[in-house]
Amino acid sequence: MTTPADALPLEEQIDRWRSYLARRRAIHPIDVAELEDHLREQIAGLTEAGLASDEAFLIAVKRMGDLDAISREFAREHSERLWKQLVVPGTDTAAAPALRSDAVAAFCFAVAAAVLMKLPALFGLDLQADAGFYARNVSLFVLLPLTAYFAWKRRLAPASLRWLPVAFAVAAVFANVYPFGPEGDTLVLTVLHLPIALWLAVGIAYAGGRWNEVTGRMDFIRFSGELFIYYALIALGGAVLMAFMAMIFEAIGIRVESFFQYWLLPCGATGAVLVAAWLVEAKQGVIENMAPVLTQLFTPMFAAVLIAFLGTWLVAGQGLPIDRNVLIAFDVLLALVLCLLLYSISARDPRSPPGVFDVVRVVLVISALLADALALSAIAARISEFGFTPNRVAALGENVILLVNLAWSAVLYLRFLRGRGSFGALEHWQTGYLPVYAGWAALVVVVFPPLFGYI
Amino acid sequence: MDFSKDLMAASSTPIVLAILAEGDSYGYAILKRVQELSGGHMQWTDGMLYPVLHRLERLGHIEARWEVAESGRRRKYYRVTSGGRRQLAEERRQWEAVDATLRGIWHALSEPVARAAPSLGGAFR
Repeated sequence: MTTPADALPLEEQIDRWRSYLARRRAIHPIDVAELEDHLREQIAGLTEAGLASDEAFLIAVKRMGDLDAISREFAREHSERLWKQLVVPGTDTAAAPALRSDAVAAFCFAVAAAVLMKLPALFGLDLQADAGFYARNVSLFVLLPLTAYFAWKRRLAPASLRWLPVAFAVAAVFANVYPFGPEGDTLVLTVLHLPIALWLAVGIAYAGGRWNEVTGRMDFIRFSGELFIYYALIALGGAVLMAFMAMIFEAIGIRVESFFQYWLLPCGATGAVLVAAWLVEAKQGVIENMAPVLTQLFTPMFAAVLIAFLGTWLVAGQGLPIDRNVLIAFDVLLALVLCLLLYSISARDPRSPPGVFDVVRVVLVISALLADALALSAIAARISEFGFTPNRVAALGENVILLVNLAWSAVLYLRFLRGRGSFGALEHWQTGYLPVYAGWAALVVVVFPPLFGYI
Repeated sequence: MDFSKDLMAASSTPIVLAILAEGDSYGYAILKRVQELSGGHMQWTDGMLYPVLHRLERLGHIEARWEVAESGRRRKYYRVTSGGRRQLAEERRQWEAVDATLRGIWHALSEPVARAAPSLGGAFR
C-alpha cells in the first residue's frame, strides 16, 4: 500500500540503488534505465500482493541478483565498453545532442582557422616569399579561433568578451607595426613569444570565469598538456596521410608538393589545433589523462639523467663555453622539469600524504636547480664581455623566471614533505605564477624590438 | 529447483526467442512468462536476463525499441526478427533431438530400475 508518507523513502531507495548501479563501467545509463523499469515493475507487483513498499524493494533488489555478477555479465557481453568510446558516443546517451553541436562548432572554428591562414594569400602575401609575415601572425590565426571556440562554449560574460578582442587587436598591432629586419633576432623572438603571451587569453576563455580560482587554472594546465599530446598524435597521423598521398599520386605521375605546401599543411596544421582542443574537451574525464601518465613515467628517468650529468660535470670540472645555445639548453631543461612537476601535480590528489614519487620529484627539481645555478654562474661571469644581444637577454630572463618558480616550488615541496605545509600551497604558487610567463612574453614582444633596433 | 549454470545458459536462448515469438515483450514480462511456463520451477536471477537479451540483440535475433508504457515510464520492448525465427527453428530441432534422446533413455531406465531396485539395480538381470 503506497501512501504518500512512505512513497518518498522508496524513491530515495531507488535513487540510491540507481546511482550505485550507474557507477559500474560496463552498465550504461540506458541499461540502468531498463533495469530500473524492471525493479519498479517488480516492486509494483509485490506491493499489489500485499507487501509494504520497503519490503517489496528489498525483495525486488534481491531477485535482481548480485550486482557484481550482473556487471560481469554485462562486461562480457559489452567488452567494448571497457574501452571507453570517445568520438562516437552512443546515440542513446542524454548528452549526445550537446556533444554533436560541440563537434560541429569545433569543426566550424577549425575551418575558420584554416580560412584565416589562407586569407592573406588573397592580398598577394605568399607563404614562401612573405614567410616573416606568416610566422609573426600564425599564432593569431590559430589562437583567435581557439579563444572564440571557448568563449562560445563557456558562454563568456560580456565583460571578458570585451577584453579578449582587445588583447588580440593589440597583439596584431605589435606583430605587424615594427619594421623588423629580414630574419632578424627580434623577429624570431616575437614569433616565439607572441603565442606564449596569447596563451593567457586562451586560458582566460578556457577557464570561463574560473580564471581567478586555483582549480580553474589547474584545469587549464591539464588542458594544455593534453592538447599538446593530442596535437602531436594528429600531426603523426597527418604525416602518414601526406606520405601516402604523395606516394599514390606520384605513381600516376602527378606531383602534389605545392598542394601540400600551400593548402594541406597550413590549413591542416592550424585546423588541427581546434580539433585537438575539441577532442581534449570531449574526452575530459572519460579517458585517463595522458600527460600525468607520461610525467610519472619520465620523472625518475629525468632525475637520474640530471644527477648523472651533475656528477660527471663536477668530476670532469669542465668550464662552459659562453654560447646562447647553452643558455637555451638550460632554459629548455628548466621548462621540461617544470612541465614534469606541473603535470604530476595536476594528477595528484592534494589530500594524500607524501609518498615515494614526491621525493623523486623533489630530487628532480633540486638537481635541475643545481645544474642551472652552475650554468648561470659560469655564464654570468663572462656575459658582459660579449654584450647583451636580444637573444641572450631573452634567454637569461626566461632562465631567471623559471629558476624563481622552481626554487620556491622546491621550498614549498620540502615543507609539504616534512609535514609543515599543505600541497595546496604548491598548486597555488604554480597557478598564481602563470601570468608571469605571459607578462614576460608580452614584454619581449612589445619592448625588445625597439630596444634592440629591430635587428 | 537449482539448475546448473551451463544448462541455464544453453536453454535461455530458445526460451527467450520462443516467448518473443508469441509476441513483443519486455524483460519483466519475459521473466513472468518463464515462471508461468515452468510452473515456478525455473527461477532466473532477474538481472541476468538483460545481458542475454543484449547478446541476442547483438546477434540480430531480436530487435529492441523504447516505448512509453502505460505507467508513463520508458520501457524497452523486444521483437524477434526473421533471423531470430530461423534460429528458434534450429534450436527447436536440436532441443527436440535432445529431448527425444533423453525420453528414450529415461524410458529404458525406468522399467528395470523400478523392478530391480530392491536387488541392486540391473546387475543380476
